[in-house]
Amino acid sequence: MLTTFTPIEAIAGGALIGFAAVAMMALHGRIAGMTGILGGAILPGNSDRVWRLAFLAGAIVAPALILSTGTPVPFAADIPAWAIILSGLLVGVGVMFGGGCTSGHGVCGIARLSPRSIVATATFMATTATTLFVIRHLLGGF
Amino acid sequence: MLRILTAAAIGLVFGAGIAISGMANPAKVLNFFDIFGTWDPSLLLVMATALAVTFAGYRVVLRRPAPVLDLKFHLPGTREIDVPLVAGSALFGIGWGIAGFCPGGAIPALGLGEVAPVLFVAAMAGGMYLATILRGLLGRRQALA
Repeated sequence: MLTTFTPIEAIAGGALIGFAAVAMMALHGRIAGMTGILGGAILPGNSDRVWRLAFLAGAIVAPALILSTGTPVPFAADIPAWAIILSGLLVGVGVMFGGGCTSGHGVCGIARLSPRSIVATATFMATTATTLFVIRHLLGGF
Repeated sequence: MLRILTAAAIGLVFGAGIAISGMANPAKVLNFFDIFGTWDPSLLLVMATALAVTFAGYRVVLRRPAPVLDLKFHLPGTREIDVPLVAGSALFGIGWGIAGFCPGGAIPALGLGEVAPVLFVAAMAGGMYLATILRGLLGRRQALA
């Protein structure tokens, strides 16, 4: 499915993500990484769940609020259900062993110039692009 | 209480950023990676802007002795580049390339009232749980060896 280049929205949204990351560090002293926050909120053996659940609630409510103002939030996932579930399992296992995802490693970690985050980000960007290339251009898509 | 309210507010800003930037839209995310097909470079600007703001902000914030609402900064201490880091990240990318959802994109996408994000997040939570069990087993074996 075609999507168009949206530079204004990309810069505005990216600035908000960055602002959230800086605020999280300034106020809570924490990395604004979705893997860490979600894992700490739902997995056994963690304390201090409440602020994490509050962050998750805010993140889920935000798009709903935007929709409620009549502003569209484009969404399209033309992927079969079995592939979405397989993808979720791989992502879940992967981010736990890799210690983070796009927000934690790709934004916060690289901003700290963490060598682990730079290696992790380079690795997952490369395998994402490769996987997509194989699915779309070698296997002919779903 | 202040910690909970500020965390919710930061979550709102994060979720709004994800929604506005297009990171909650799997079709747009996948097109960013489809350089030889229907390439949409938007996400390059999302990442670059988020990174620039965070980089500059961290320079100011981390110079302070402690965050405003906590006694210390909770920064990851590990610096070692090991097999789990690379293998886990590679696996994450394979999953991301299949459906176009990453954790930070999928959680806000739950607020759009679509079925796909619910399926994805449920499976991802299962995968995260599975990984903690696997890690426990692997850790025990290493401890025994």
